[in-house]
Amino acid sequence: MNINSENIEKNRMNFWEKIYLPEIARGLGLTLKRMFRPKMTRQYPEERWEPLGSYRGRPVLVEEDGKERCVACGLCSRVCPALAIEVQAAETTDDKERFPAKFEINMLRCIYCGYCEEVCPEEAIVMSKDYELVFASQESAIMDKEQLLVPVAQLQDRLEFLRRYK
Amino acid sequence: MPHIYIDGKRIETQSGKTIIEAAYDNGLYVPHFCWHPELSVAGNCRMCLVEVGLPKRLPNGEFETDSNGNIVVSYMPKLQIACATQVADGMHVRINHDKVIKAQEAVMEFLLINHPLDCPICDEAGQCKLQEYAFNHSRGESRFEETKNHKDKRVPWGPNVLFDAERCISCSRCIRFAKEIAKQDVLSFVQRGDHVTIKVQDGAKFDNNYSMNVIDICPVGALTSPDFRFKSRVWDMSFNDSICMGCSRGCNIQIGVRNNEILRIEPKTNMYVNKYWMCDYGRLSYYKKINENRVVSPAVKKNGVQTEVSWDEAISTAASILRKYKPSEMMFVGSGRSSTENNYALARFAKNVAKSVNLDFYERTDQSFADDFLRTNDLNPNSAGCRNVGVSPASDKFSLKKLSENITNGSIKLVYIMDEDFDLEDKYIQALQKAEAIIIHSTNHSKLTEIADVVFASSYFAESEGTFVNTDNRVQYFEPALVTTENLHRMGMKMSRLDKFGAANDRWTQKELRNCRPAWKVLSLLASHFSVNFNYNKSEDVFNDIAHNVGSFNGMSYRLLKKHQGIIVGKSSNPDPVRHNYESHYMKPN
Ligand code: SF4
Ligand code: SF4
Ligand code: SF4
Ligand code: SF4
Ligand code: FES
Repeated sequence: MNINSENIEKNRMNFWEKIYLPEIARGLGLTLKRMFRPKMTRQYPEERWEPLGSYRGRPVLVEEDGKERCVACGLCSRVCPALAIEVQAAETTDDKERFPAKFEINMLRCIYCGYCEEVCPEEAIVMSKDYELVFASQESAIMDKEQLLVPVAQLQDRLEFLRRYK
Repeated sequence: MPHIYIDGKRIETQSGKTIIEAAYDNGLYVPHFCWHPELSVAGNCRMCLVEVGLPKRLPNGEFETDSNGNIVVSYMPKLQIACATQVADGMHVRINHDKVIKAQEAVMEFLLINHPLDCPICDEAGQCKLQEYAFNHSRGESRFEETKNHKDKRVPWGPNVLFDAERCISCSRCIRFAKEIAKQDVLSFVQRGDHVTIKVQDGAKFDNNYSMNVIDICPVGALTSPDFRFKSRVWDMSFNDSICMGCSRGCNIQIGVRNNEILRIEPKTNMYVNKYWMCDYGRLSYYKKINENRVVSPAVKKNGVQTEVSWDEAISTAASILRKYKPSEMMFVGSGRSSTENNYALARFAKNVAKSVNLDFYERTDQSFADDFLRTNDLNPNSAGCRNVGVSPASDKFSLKKLSENITNGSIKLVYIMDEDFDLEDKYIQALQKAEAIIIHSTNHSKLTEIADVVFASSYFAESEGTFVNTDNRVQYFEPALVTTENLHRMGMKMSRLDKFGAANDRWTQKELRNCRPAWKVLSLLASHFSVNFNYNKSEDVFNDIAHNVGSFNGMSYRLLKKHQGIIVGKSSNPDPVRHNYESHYMKPN
């Protein structure tokens, strides 16, 4: 026995609803109204979105005077919950004594938590605004030092944000 | 025996001991920088300040008690240093007490006045005593606002030690080590006050056999090793206990590994063998050989060309070669650089399976290597092990020294070599080139592996579990530090976080996994081709067999060897007592 036989959709709709036409007209009316309102969407990728300083995109290394600020202390690598960062230090004759001979971030591992930026004693790694990350292979998702270095001038928003809120 | 009370806990001790010694004997902890149990007392860091007092006595000689019946202690108004104050019967010492904690905080603040904020670039970070105390015994803030003093960085003291004057806290441990242990009294403080630093005497170099121990005992990162500098952060490495293979002293060591590669070797405390020390040769000489130029897979010679093959094929080829020769035409060569287990398995194979009595091992002696501290003239870590399990020729006629003659006159045709390269001495290589067949277990590629008919990829001591018997006949256990295909799923092996959790697409785990095996395993598989079952599944089985069959090893087991840090041959019923080892500072497990 079907105890819900009284409650099927057909039985609940009245005549006007059953012929659909008024509902279609109402729907078209809504579309018409929206056509004259400001747009919520954009034509990506022709129209790009520029995030604010607080946005956490791909982590990058800060480049200053043609060199990385990083001293290869490995704290970012230690704190990274996803083990995305690999740092190999080497000695330099500079005052800072050491630099990263190898610095790689596996973007397939990175979860954009920003811990590396938070722990870095040199403000050498920061979250950039770059959110366009597409890879053709697993290998190409591992970014090396050259790919990670970004001149400090391009990172002013984020550095300003960190100075204010960190 | 006098007794003292530390934070109210009663401790029995001997007169003449200092408070810090009495505390450590009983597993109690007193913060300190400059004190070290093997060095003289300097008393200059003031970190060990404690409150010391004696019970008050009434005129009649009785102890004065308060209204609750507790003894009244009258503490000295000023704190005393625990490292230089000797115990007195009935003495009361307070460590976890407001006044003492305040003093510790003050000392820490003082030590950090001119200390650079170097931790991110300092090799000591992670195992630094100063860092640890800054966390545990410091207020975490400083009232010092002036600019810090700058001093020299990267000053070479000798070939193996670099000095960073800014990080030095002037504890003088290194100076005392140079004078008292290394017997090369060339270090001293110069300047005074906040400009104090350490200089090597003009014209001298700090270059003794034991120089690198100062790097370990330095409580901070002022002394670093040029060999290790910046190779890795300590928390990215794993440290497994092992035994040095540099000479027959058998110093206890820890092998520091990252990405399946040895990055450094450091001493592990064993008060019966090496105490806290090891020599620079042991640290630097051989670990690179373990990392490089390795035989990573078994191979056999096919039409004159060596071809990598499977283990099964290599072993059956070796078996068919062995079948071709009479027992008297075979020579088995054990190795003083291989574990006792391997040598025992070889001796058992030679005697019981191949029925040959031509068995010997290569002796490496060098009088000039020995000194009057740790280094011995025997460069094999396990000569005593070879002798104890019977790797020796039945008659002098077939000793290794006569190998060349015996091969030339045709009495020896097949040479079976286990983990030995004869230091690539021309004499041996030339003789072996004339042999009809060579089967070799080898860790590294060399001229020898080129001429061999069968090459078994062999594990180093650092890749397997086993025992060495040192110059004092002490049997010492070592555990693997490197991963091979063989010990891939070994329980209890310490591995760093990176090594443990690396995935196939991580580049840091790309170090090759060597397909090498310890010799006992190959020998027992080889024996099964001759219908002899050794019944060995793990190294421990071999050792239990030794303990059962070799009288002087009776009663020994891996468990007991680990517990007692080694047992002298024949003394398993009466081993050295287990000691509570002092560790100055070390990497905490992560
Ligand atoms: S924490 Fe900063 S300085 Fe340290 S390795 Fe990472 S990026 Fe470099
Ligand atoms: S010596 Fe210790 S506290 Fe000083 S910089 Fe090095 S790790 Fe940091
Ligand atoms: S270098 Fe190290 S061991 Fe030597 S005095 Fe300075 S802190 Fe002490
Ligand atoms: S004395 Fe011998 S066993 Fe000890 S560290 Fe030196 S070489 Fe190794
Ligand atoms: S340990 Fe006592 S003064 Fe340094």
